[in-house]
Amino acid sequence: MEELARISAYLVSLAIMAGIYSVFCLGLNIQWGYTGLFNIGIAGFFCIGAYTSALITTPKPTGVYARYVHQLFGLDMPFIVGLIGAAIVCGIVAYLIGIPTLRLREDYLAIATLGIAETIRLIFNNEQWLANGPRGLMGLPQPLSWLVDPKHYNYVYLAIVLTVVLIIYLLIERAIRSPWGRVLRAIREDEISAAMSGKDIFKFKMQALVLGSMIMGIGGALYAHYTRAISPSVFTPLYGTFIIWVMLMAGGSGNNKGAILGAFVVWGIWIGTKFMTDMLPYTLKARAPYIRFLFIGILLEIILIYRPQGLLGEEKRVSKLVE
Amino acid sequence: MIILEAKNVTAGYTPELNILNKVNLKVKSGQIVSIIGPNGAGKSTLLKTIFGILKPREGTITFKGDDITGLNPDRIARKGISYVPQVNNVFPSLTVEENLEMGAFIRNDDFTPQMEEVYELFPVLREKRGQKAGQLSGGQRQMVAMGRALMLNPELLLLDEPSAGLAPLMVEMIFEKIVDINNTGVSIIIVEQNAREALKMADHGYVLAMGKNVLDDSGKALLANEEVGRLYLGG
Amino acid sequence: MLELIVYGVVFGSIISLGAIGLTLVFGIIRFANFAHGDLMTAGAYVALFLVTGLLGWLGVPDTNFGPLSFGWRMLIAFPVSMAAVGGLAIAMDRILFSKLRAKKSSAVILAMSSLGAAFIVRMIILILWGADSLFYRPGMLRHAVELPLGIKIRPDQILILAIVVLLVGTLHFFLQKTKMGKAMRATADNMELALVSGINTEKIITLTWLIGGALGAAGGILYGIDVQLHPYMGWNFLIPLFAATILGTIGNVYGALWGGLIIGVAQQVSTAFLLPTYKPAVAFMLMIVILLIKPKGLFGGSSD
Repeated sequence: MEELARISAYLVSLAIMAGIYSVFCLGLNIQWGYTGLFNIGIAGFFCIGAYTSALITTPKPTGVYARYVHQLFGLDMPFIVGLIGAAIVCGIVAYLIGIPTLRLREDYLAIATLGIAETIRLIFNNEQWLANGPRGLMGLPQPLSWLVDPKHYNYVYLAIVLTVVLIIYLLIERAIRSPWGRVLRAIREDEISAAMSGKDIFKFKMQALVLGSMIMGIGGALYAHYTRAISPSVFTPLYGTFIIWVMLMAGGSGNNKGAILGAFVVWGIWIGTKFMTDMLPYTLKARAPYIRFLFIGILLEIILIYRPQGLLGEEKRVSKLVE
Repeated sequence: MIILEAKNVTAGYTPELNILNKVNLKVKSGQIVSIIGPNGAGKSTLLKTIFGILKPREGTITFKGDDITGLNPDRIARKGISYVPQVNNVFPSLTVEENLEMGAFIRNDDFTPQMEEVYELFPVLREKRGQKAGQLSGGQRQMVAMGRALMLNPELLLLDEPSAGLAPLMVEMIFEKIVDINNTGVSIIIVEQNAREALKMADHGYVLAMGKNVLDDSGKALLANEEVGRLYLGG
Repeated sequence: MLELIVYGVVFGSIISLGAIGLTLVFGIIRFANFAHGDLMTAGAYVALFLVTGLLGWLGVPDTNFGPLSFGWRMLIAFPVSMAAVGGLAIAMDRILFSKLRAKKSSAVILAMSSLGAAFIVRMIILILWGADSLFYRPGMLRHAVELPLGIKIRPDQILILAIVVLLVGTLHFFLQKTKMGKAMRATADNMELALVSGINTEKIITLTWLIGGALGAAGGILYGIDVQLHPYMGWNFLIPLFAATILGTIGNVYGALWGGLIIGVAQQVSTAFLLPTYKPAVAFMLMIVILLIKPKGLFGGSSD
C-alpha cells in the first residue's frame, strides 16, 4: 500500500512536469508548427514567465528580510493573477522582440532569439535589484494549498496543470480552425504566395509570436509555483529550450495533440534515462546528466532524419471547409 | 552527321508535372538550331535536360552516337557539350579571367590558347580581365558567360536566351558573335524569345509549345510561314 | 582603454578564425551551423588530450618555448587537432547534414540538426572531462611583456596574433591562387554554375567543412592557451561568432575577419562601461543593429 502510494506520487510529479512542458510545446507549436518561426529562445520566455509570476505573487521583502532578498516589486497577489501577469509580460516582451526580428530570414531569427534568451538570462543573473540575481527567489506560494495536506498537494497541482493544458489546447484548436489559423499555415507553406494574396504577413507572424510566447509564459509560471524556487541557472538552453524542441519534433509539429504527446513521451524517456544511468558504476555517476542529454540529442537527430513528422505528423484537416 | 538527337524526351521538375512531353530534336554537325515558342513551352527545360541538370523520365538523348541520357553535367561537359544558362551565368565575385579559368576547370592541360581565342572573340574581356564579373554590364557579362562555356572547346554549345535583358545594340553584337562561333565549327542550339532573329541565323528551327513539338523546318521556311509569323513572331 | 583595444584584437582574432569557418559554411552550404562553437571547443579539448595525455605517454618533452606557455607537445597537438576536428566536421556532414540536404530539407531543419549536433558534441566533452575549467598548463604564472605605449601583453597573445595572421594568410593564398580555392569561391558564388562547369561540388563541400572545422579548432586551442578550457566555451562564442559573420557579410571571408576583430574590440571596450558578463549581449546588440540598418553586412552586396 505504501509502495503504491509512493509510485503514485512519483507518477504524479512526472505528469506535472510533462504537463508543464506540454504547455510550452503548445506555445511553440503555434510559432513553429503553424507559422514556421524558428524560436530557439524559449528559455527566455520560460524565465520571464516564471519570474513575473514569482514577483507578482510574493510580497516585497521588508525589514531584515530585505537585506537578503532583493526584488523589483512584490504584489503578493493570488496565483491566477501571477499566471495572467506572466502571460501579459511575455506577450509584451515578444512584441518588442518581434519588431526588429520578425522580418529576418528564418535562421537569422533563430540566432536573434538565441541572443535574446541569453541576454534575458544575463540580466536576471546580474541585476540583483530585479529578482535577487543568481540566488533567485524562493518560497513561492502554492495555489489552493489549503485544500489538502502537503503530502497530497501534488495531486491538486496536477489537476491545475492539466486544466490549464486543456484550456489552452481547446483555445488553440478553435483559433487554428479559424480563418486566422489558415493564414498562419499558408505563411508557413509559402510565404511569398501568402504575401501576394494581400495578407499582412508581418502582422500574422507577430500575432503567432506573441500568442505562443504568452502561452510559454504561463508554462513558466506553472513551473515556478511547482518547484517553489527559481533562479537564472534553471533556464538553460538545455532544459529551457532544447528539450522542448525535441518534444515537439517527436510528437509532431503542426499538431496540438502531437505537442502534448511529445512532451509526455520525451519527458518519460528523459526519466527513463535516469533509471539507465542509475545502474552506472559509481565513477560515471557524476556524468549521468550528460549521458542522458546525449541520448536526447541523438534522439532528435534520429527524428529529424528518419521521421521528421514526429509520432502523429501534422494534422490533415485544419478547417471544416476541406482544403 | 547528326551530332545530337533527343527522342521522346519527357521531363519535369516536380513528380506530378511533366514540362516536356515526348519532345524530339535533331542537330546536324555544324548547324545552328533555334528553338522558339511561347513562355513556359519548356525550351529552357529542354536545354537543361540535354545538359543533365534535369534527368529525363522517358526518352533518350544521344551525342555523337553515345547515349548521354541522365548523365551528370560534369560528365556531359567532358564529352564536348557546353551550356550557358539564361540567368546567374557568371561567378560575380570572381574576375573575368577567373571565370574563364573556371570554365576550363575539368581540363588538366594548358588552356591559354583557348583563353586567347576567347579574348580574340571578345576583345573587351581582355581589357577587363582583372575586374570582378559582377561589376560588368549586362552585355559584357553575357560575353563572360559565353567565354566561360567556350573554354572547353566544345563541339556543341547550348545557349539559353543569350539576348535576354540586353540593349538592342548588344543583342545585335551577341548574335554576330554567335554566328562567328558557329563559323569555327561549333554546333549551336539556341533558345530564344527573340524568335525572328533566332530563326534568321538558324539552319533549322523547332517550335515548342506546352512541352510538345509543334513544328520544325529550316529557319528560312519557318520565317516565311504565316502561321508561325502570326503566333510566335508577333505578326 | 588602449589595453582593452589590444586585448579586444587578440580575442577578436580568435573569433575571426571561428567566423571565417562559419561564413564559409554559410556561404556554400547555406545554413546557420549552430554546432560551430562546439567544434571550437572540440578542437581545444582534443589538443588537451594530446598535450596532457597521449603525447606525454609517447614521451614527448614538454618544456616551454621561452616565455610562451607551451612547448613541443602543443606544437604537435595544434595541427593534429585541427585535422581531427576538420574530420569531425566532415563526419557531422556525412552523418547528418548531407542526408537532410538529400531530402531537400529546409535551412531551418538543417539549423535544428546542427543545434542537436552542438549539444551532442558538448555532452561528449562533458562526459569525458566533466564540467570544471581546465588548463593546458595549470598553475602557470602569466607574465606580461611591456610594449611601447605602455601596453601590457602576454607573449602568448603575441603568438596568437601571429598564428591568426599565418592561418588567414594561408587561406587567402589558397583561395586566390589555387585552382581548388578558386573553385570554392566559384561554388560559393553560384553553385549551379559551378556544377555546370564540371566542378565537383560535393568535394568542395567536404573541403569547406574541413577548413571550417580546422580553423575553428585553431581558434578554440588559442583561446584555451590564452584563458582556459571549459565545455561551454564554444557555445558561449556562438553569439559573437554569428555577430561577426553577419557583420562581415555572409560568405565573405575577409568580412568575417574584420567582423571578428570589430566584435572582439567592441566587447572588450564595453567592459569599461558594463559588467564583463554582458559581453555576449554587446555582440548581440551589434548584430541586431547591423541587421536593422545594413542587413547584408558591412561588405554587403554579396551574392546571396
